[in-house]
Amino acid sequence: METGFDITAAWALILAVAVYIYVVLDGFDLGIGILYPLFPGKRDRDLLMNTVAPVWDGNETWLVLGGGGLFAAFPLAYAILMPAVYPLVIAMLLGLVFRGVAFEFRWKATGPFSNWLWDTAFFGGSFIAAMSQGMILGAILQGIEIADRSYAGGWWDWLTPFTLLCGAAVVCGYMLLGACWLNIKTSGDVQVEARRLARILGIATVGFIVAVSLWTPFLHPEYLGRWFAWPAIAVTAPVPIAVALLIYALARSLTEGESDWRPFLLVLALFLLCFIGLGISMWPWVIPTQLSIWDAATARKSQIFMLVGVLFILPIILGYTAYAYWVFRGKVDPDEGYH
Amino acid sequence: MEVTTFLGLDAVMLARMQFAFTVSFHFLFPAFTIGLASYLAVLNAMYLRSGNDAYLQLFKYWLKIFAITFAMGVVSGIVMAYQFGTNWAVFSDKAGPVIGPLMAYEVLTAFFLEAGFLGIMIFGRDKVGPGLHMFACVMVALGTAISATWILSVNSWMQTPQGFEINENGQFIPLSWLEVIFTPSFPYRLAHTLTAAYLTTAFIVGGVGALHLLRGERDNHGVRTMFSMAMWMAAIVAPIQIFLGDQHGLNTLKHQPVKVMAMEGHFESHPDGAPLILFGIPDQEAGEVKYAVQIPKLSSLILKHDLNAPLDGLDSVPDELEPPVAVVFWAFRIMVGIGFLMLGVGVWSLIARYRHRLYDDHWLHRAALIMGPSGLIAVLAGWFTTEVGRQPYTVYGHLLTQESSSPLEAQAVGISLLAFIVIYSSVFGAGIVYMLKLMNKSPHPGERGLDAEPGPIRTASPIAVGADRKHPNGKRN
Ligand code: HDD
Ligand code: HEM
Ligand code: HEM
Repeated sequence: METGFDITAAWALILAVAVYIYVVLDGFDLGIGILYPLFPGKRDRDLLMNTVAPVWDGNETWLVLGGGGLFAAFPLAYAILMPAVYPLVIAMLLGLVFRGVAFEFRWKATGPFSNWLWDTAFFGGSFIAAMSQGMILGAILQGIEIADRSYAGGWWDWLTPFTLLCGAAVVCGYMLLGACWLNIKTSGDVQVEARRLARILGIATVGFIVAVSLWTPFLHPEYLGRWFAWPAIAVTAPVPIAVALLIYALARSLTEGESDWRPFLLVLALFLLCFIGLGISMWPWVIPTQLSIWDAATARKSQIFMLVGVLFILPIILGYTAYAYWVFRGKVDPDEGYH
Repeated sequence: MEVTTFLGLDAVMLARMQFAFTVSFHFLFPAFTIGLASYLAVLNAMYLRSGNDAYLQLFKYWLKIFAITFAMGVVSGIVMAYQFGTNWAVFSDKAGPVIGPLMAYEVLTAFFLEAGFLGIMIFGRDKVGPGLHMFACVMVALGTAISATWILSVNSWMQTPQGFEINENGQFIPLSWLEVIFTPSFPYRLAHTLTAAYLTTAFIVGGVGALHLLRGERDNHGVRTMFSMAMWMAAIVAPIQIFLGDQHGLNTLKHQPVKVMAMEGHFESHPDGAPLILFGIPDQEAGEVKYAVQIPKLSSLILKHDLNAPLDGLDSVPDELEPPVAVVFWAFRIMVGIGFLMLGVGVWSLIARYRHRLYDDHWLHRAALIMGPSGLIAVLAGWFTTEVGRQPYTVYGHLLTQESSSPLEAQAVGISLLAFIVIYSSVFGAGIVYMLKLMNKSPHPGERGLDAEPGPIRTASPIAVGADRKHPNGKRN
């Protein structure tokens, strides 16, 4: 790279940003789906769904960008990863099918059975999708066997205690995001309950973050060296310290409750730090210790062609997405749908 | 990896079945939503211009149906975005540098646009005011068309690839983006498929209108308007579609002659004028069409504009490069048959209109009702012609289907295929039932929009609600 600008690294960054945006946006709608059984009243459930109804489709589109972006920018990684976690991807997709249609079908349901059915679909679909996403992350972190440009492992490799832990962690983290979103969008009893849940989920999420963080460095010697060897530790140490500070701030803002937005923003920051931590472990691998971003990168011509698009179009997308959120800002009124 | 089987089928066959199943289901929804999004934009514009409540009624009526189809299109589409990797890993690795960017552009320019404005289109009329709401409707419609454009560009490149070289890893590397995007079959495929989507929608709308006319709602303004609009579309667009299909076929003859041989059922070469086989039973083993009903020399006339022009048959290609003829042959006939039936309904409606009997001719209404779902069938048949006719290649002439698939065990693909079949049939089956229920009611004055249903609620924003509800002409709606 004569220019000193590494376009492959730029693409890795763009994808990481897309995945982060996906995780936080669809994270809160999937989280609300998972929290659903904790709000048994029909009226409350209507309200829960309405906090995300106008925006979920846009949120999910970031997943298409993540998958499509991986295909476009790192086709070899996409081609190896998808077969490796095949059952998880299929489970996630089918989960998203149930969750997505539930938004529309629930209002058409007439009898108690179909009501129950689509409520269950909403919860189950959200749960399965979140769990699968966490397990996919775990499977990537623990490593994937490759031979001759294709997946060479067995078809159960993705199922280990570590991947299950990651799955549970993501489920919990999404529930926390969901609860904080409800804290913003609802009032009265639902908001009080959301805050209570957020406190519990906050503690649980911290537990999961600690567990995953302690486990990860021992998966590969390379991760270990990255986090604990001197001088790397000077760079990596601030991450856990910042996490600890954030958790303290989150706990305070949830108990004091003077700002509805603060807990949500703090959780976003917490997720961002987790992402940075992941980045420290993984860089520059797409599939740890086997396939680097440069091995997997698409043709340079393809990278440039898409980069132009991303630079021009992504700001516009962010603009109108923000506008859509702005249009539907404010608390959802539980009575408005019932005249 | 050793070859495994599931119910006697190998992994590649199962992966093909899974891809065909999921993409066929997926395509049914966009085929309807591409047209419906534009129809809704037109209805909304006509309402804003004329202030005529019938248009608003229709807008609200079809919007509810649109929301359901759209949701199904989205969730089944996300499955497609990942199927390339799960089932066609080798294809993804090799073709990724060429088609990956096109699909990324589809996400950036189309999917976000649709998704971003969908919420406003459905729930936002009172929140953003009529002008911006109209804008949102247009953006959603535009998004569906842009989406079709990119994905058809991808598909067309797979049919008639150009503008690439192959590197040492066997990857297709783009040389010229213009050549990659604008392959020879792309303009024809785009025009023919978009028109197909409009026709599909026109016939569904017309079928619903006809249903309510048959039930005696002759004086329902909404019912009359939708039936009339749909019949105009049928009369104008069906002939255009047949013309486009013919052009598409001629173009295919130039670039994928083997596909046309399969469509026509030409097993033998005809050095002095090929017959048009109307019906018959293709027997690939024997290399002939049994019980053929044929018109001498007509095929040469259609394809070459000359009765005696020679046409090669499948005997001129090695057996292993032949597509499965029977599927292509029949799918093609179903599509063309429906095309002419659509033309028939369109012409009939013109005659009825001329005689002022458009809303009274019950036989026309019955025909329109039966033809309601015909567009969906034609569209699937068309795609089966195209895709099966491309076999045995995924990238025509360069990459064999056999060499495109993922290193999966038949077990895994087989089980997930069963899961897709069960879940798609039940979930989308339920969605279709809900849509049919909505269609079974007629639009009525004071139609409640989605926003007034006991359904998704909008947020109570500080914008004064009453002020925005007013029609631009000052009338309240
Ligand atoms: C409402 C739907 C519809 C109707 C009425 C027709 N078609 Fe069609 N046809 C399609 C919808 C469609 C499609 C789904 O849009 C396809 C599949 C892929 C494509 O490019 O368009 C298609 C493909 C397709 C192909 C295959 C091209 C290729 O694979 O390279 C040919 C030759 C035709 N059509 C020709 C016709 C003719 C001669 C018709 C009229 C009599 C006709 N179609 C009516
Ligand atoms: C425009 C986007 C599309 C792309 C990029 C695409 C691509 C593919 C690919 C990669 C395969 C698998 C390899 C193969 O078996 O050839 C395939 C097969 C197939 N597709 Fe498509 N497809 C598209 C649209 C459709 C649609 C809309 C339909 C049907 C409604 C369809 C019907 C089929 C069928 C029936 C097969 C199986 C062919 C066979 O194996 O004999 N495709 N297509
Ligand atoms: C294999 C091929 C295909 C893939 C990978 C694919 C992918 C997708 C994805 C990911 C979505 C959801 C977008 C969202 O989140 O909003 C979607 C929806 C859509 N797709 Fe496809 N698609 C394929 C075939 C087609 C074809 C052949 C067409 C049209 C010619 C088409 C037109 C649309 C449209 C208009 C939508 C918007 C949703 C709707 O209207 O129902 N797609 N597709």
